[in-house]
Amino acid sequence: MTDFRLEQIVGNLLRAGVVLAAAVVLAGGVWYLAAEGGSVEDYHAFHGGYRAMPWTQGLSPALATIQIGLLLLIATPVARVVFSMVAFGLERDRVYVGITVVVLAILGYSLAFSF
Amino acid sequence: MTVASFSGVVMLVSALAGFLGALTGLGGGVVVTPVLTLLLGVDMHYAMGASLVSVIATSSGAAAAYVKEGYSNVRAGMLLEIATTAGAVVGAHLTSTVPVPVLAIVFGAVLLYSAWHSMTELPARSAAAGDPLAERLKLNGAFPGPTGVVAYQVTRVKAGFGLMTVAGLISGLLGIGSGAMKVVAMDQVMRIPFKVSTATSNFMIGVTAAASAGIYLRHGYIHPGLAMPVMLGVLGGSLMGARLLGRAKVRVLRRLFAVVIAIMAVEMVYSGVSGGMR
Repeated sequence: MTDFRLEQIVGNLLRAGVVLAAAVVLAGGVWYLAAEGGSVEDYHAFHGGYRAMPWTQGLSPALATIQIGLLLLIATPVARVVFSMVAFGLERDRVYVGITVVVLAILGYSLAFSF
Repeated sequence: MTVASFSGVVMLVSALAGFLGALTGLGGGVVVTPVLTLLLGVDMHYAMGASLVSVIATSSGAAAAYVKEGYSNVRAGMLLEIATTAGAVVGAHLTSTVPVPVLAIVFGAVLLYSAWHSMTELPARSAAAGDPLAERLKLNGAFPGPTGVVAYQVTRVKAGFGLMTVAGLISGLLGIGSGAMKVVAMDQVMRIPFKVSTATSNFMIGVTAAASAGIYLRHGYIHPGLAMPVMLGVLGGSLMGARLLGRAKVRVLRRLFAVVIAIMAVEMVYSGVSGGMR
């Protein structure tokens, strides 16, 4: 399999991932608006605070569904890096497998930080 | 305003931002935060979280189109991602300590830069000797040109890596893709051909944003109720804009959009200085 072919497959997989994520967000959004659409929005002041993995606690079921869609979306570029690592591995390019592992470690630190 | 009508307004402006961003090549994410904060009064951190999510959506959504053209330099992208993701993690951590007015002022400065960047032609590049480091790291590449395969040599790898760290830091600090800066680092500093630079930058933007996303989630900046209309709007708008790309004459539109960005930049700095944003 050529590099180009592999990249094409990865590109299509990413698009599928985005479509799936958007569908989950949309479904959650429709649910959210149907259930809570009549309440008054309050995005003007920050009510956040620390939230640990899987980042859905304290959310209504509709908002949690949206959040899961967003997590799927965030996973797409991470998946791309994993695919690249596999591709470099197939080419037996140790230097770039190492470089990709460093990128994955940084991503893992960010995403798993809340453990 | 009720959640339903507010979500409708946010989705409309996000779709417009995504549409214009894709059509003009300036990126939609960069105007989402100023519109949400200045026009709709949304909290800065929530706006940054929603913008960051939309950046990932447009980057991954456009990946297949860029791959089809066969331009991106995967090795250069991966190497430079060490710089952008590390910078992004630091920037994302800083968001909780840097006061919001300072964030607004930095955001305004970055907006002004991207408006200026889009109005000026990049200077012509003189020939430069290749970098032995680029040779060792197999960064030199080739891309399909109109008259056959064009080979290119990559220069100043360390300088490009340094600039990418800054691009990542700004991306994490403000919740934007910082695509313009990434392209400058590759095209102007490392002498990677423009088309290869833009394709590689698109790939890197999503990964850089993902590096900030974990920390944003932990801080609670990503409010699903707000991120929902922003992500769906920007994604839908940018897909429509990309479809029109090449068919529409964008010179005038590009100038106009740059002027809009510049006005928002000034507003952003003003509200930061005057204490209008807390």
